[in-house]
Amino acid sequence: MDKSPLQDFAAAIASGKVRIVDLTFTLSPDFPVIVLPPEVGQAMPMRIQRISRYDDAGPGWYWNNITLCEHTGTHFDAPIHWHTGKDLPNNAVDTLPPQDMIAPACVIDCSAEAAKDADFLLTVPMVEAWEAKHGRIPERHWVLLRTDWSKKNFRDYANLKEDGAHTPGPNAEVMRWLVHERGIIGFGTETIGTDWGQAFHLDPPLPAHHYLHGAGRYGLQCLCNLDQLPPTGAMIVSAPLKIENGSGSPLRVLALVSN
Amino acid sequence: MTEPLVRPRRKNPLARTRLPTLPPQWRSRTSHELTRAAAEGRFALQCCAACGHFTYPARDACPVCLSDELVFKDAPHGGTVLSETTLHIPADVYFRERAPWRIGLVKLDAGPTMVAHLHGDSKEGDTVRMSLQIDKAGQPVAFAQPQTETPHMSDDKQWREMTADPKFRRVLVTNGRTVIGQEVVRAMKEAGASIIFVGIADAWKPFPGEAALRAMEGVTIVPLNTADEKSTFDLAADIGAKIDILVNTSEHIRGGGLLDRHGTSTSVDEIEQSYMAFLHLAQAFGPVMRMRGADGVNSAVAWVNILSVYAFANWPQFGQYSAVQAACLSLSQCLRAELRPGGVRVMNVFTGPLDTEWFQTVPPPKLAPRVLATGLVRGLKNGLEDAFIGDVAEEVRQRFAANPKALERELGQ
Repeated sequence: MDKSPLQDFAAAIASGKVRIVDLTFTLSPDFPVIVLPPEVGQAMPMRIQRISRYDDAGPGWYWNNITLCEHTGTHFDAPIHWHTGKDLPNNAVDTLPPQDMIAPACVIDCSAEAAKDADFLLTVPMVEAWEAKHGRIPERHWVLLRTDWSKKNFRDYANLKEDGAHTPGPNAEVMRWLVHERGIIGFGTETIGTDWGQAFHLDPPLPAHHYLHGAGRYGLQCLCNLDQLPPTGAMIVSAPLKIENGSGSPLRVLALVSN
Repeated sequence: MTEPLVRPRRKNPLARTRLPTLPPQWRSRTSHELTRAAAEGRFALQCCAACGHFTYPARDACPVCLSDELVFKDAPHGGTVLSETTLHIPADVYFRERAPWRIGLVKLDAGPTMVAHLHGDSKEGDTVRMSLQIDKAGQPVAFAQPQTETPHMSDDKQWREMTADPKFRRVLVTNGRTVIGQEVVRAMKEAGASIIFVGIADAWKPFPGEAALRAMEGVTIVPLNTADEKSTFDLAADIGAKIDILVNTSEHIRGGGLLDRHGTSTSVDEIEQSYMAFLHLAQAFGPVMRMRGADGVNSAVAWVNILSVYAFANWPQFGQYSAVQAACLSLSQCLRAELRPGGVRVMNVFTGPLDTEWFQTVPPPKLAPRVLATGLVRGLKNGLEDAFIGDVAEEVRQRFAANPKALERELGQ
């Protein structure tokens, strides 16, 4: 039998040469969801309703019904999520090309800056500085913004103030640049959205959503364990649920890291 | 003079919890007009439309003129105690456990003579103020108390059986994120509740009044998201056996009827935050409260819902909200029947539009949260089952009683 790359891969996982890092938060009713003005539609948090637990409703088995938004917990944003991507082909999670569900990642560590400033904004010069150290960001790579935000308690994680959320994220220019000058496949964050906490005030508002989805690219948010990833070389497995015409999906995000 | 109530000591956790017993329960269908009056805190008797004489007990014909046009209407509530009797060893288990128990014959200013439970400060020959009360079995009984306030009057042992006074009781306010919840906490504190547990959902989300609430003495903040099954059951597992009065302040108000609202997600939210929240609370806290209906001075005593008066007839401007409130009203009747074996009463507090953010565009009169909260506590102190607070609620009650169809049409215009 020929030795295929996949057999090598299986052996590498078995031997620990390839480590698997789970980048996913537990889907729990307590996990913060995006907060919008109360008069507009809201994302439903995770709800777990027991069907039976070895009891009169099902003597031998335990199972639950769950309800949640497409954008609850660690989740994937498809291009159809934003008005800029609404007319693109294959723009929903059910028509998403499967080969896009596995892609390598560049991890930009801004944890020190975010620790100092909850309103930290990622800019083009910062990414250029990263490239000077680690090389140019290749096309069809994920760019993951490490802020260590996922290590906070939920209140500090959402960080809602009188004037809204204060969480780190990208500015408008860096998103345009990453999408159009670097051709990234998507952008991922540890915070509740791919965008900056105060991104309604940017031009265009919510630029990560605007540029990513307008070009048919993807978003990942509410990631954790980014501190366990190298700056380059991690492979991201992110396969959303195949929801009919779905705008996104909660999912298990795995990173494969070569030891 | 009434012995002032002493703050109960902490219960010996090894002591057996005494099971609730109930006073005799049966009433005729006609007598349930008395139940209606007692539930609302009114003193009403049958009155002859032909000759104007009040009569009691309920009957089919006027004993004075034999007319059959007997209607219940509010009666003067004065009276004089003709005689009193103290029961030392009653045959009935409920009264035996509470003996000695005093009853008396009261000559009503309205005419008839009535057997009534006597307040400790009301003696033979005294003039009294009569009321109809809902007893532990949910049935109307007559109660005679002094016409003027006496010291520690509300601490009277027999009166306390007829009421759900928060004094020395432990209260759970299920949602402290809202101004309504916070005002209920304040009113409960003023009424002498010993501990007030206050549920806070989504603690990661700040809310107005948070700092003041957290700083309040005697208030214990607990994590509670009533829309979530597990959160509600987890809290009940921790403190369910300590709750004497539960005030369901779940609140989710959104305007809009059926046709101009897109999609159903807002409606699902409304059902989750109100109906499902109530259901989770009932299933989680109801059983242990029912079991603790006779657990000493701070026994489980009442469950309070705050409902919109538009539960009775739909107000299309807030049409889906009204519908969910109607479902909650129906569920409250189920809960009332199921808590009755424990002697735990369900009081529904009905309001019109509140002076809060979600009724911003509704013209006055609107009910101030503070007035709602004090009315709620007054209802508990008087042992009500249906409390209509504010002019709008009272008006809707009267219009519904008079002609539900007219009310429906008028609200829909």
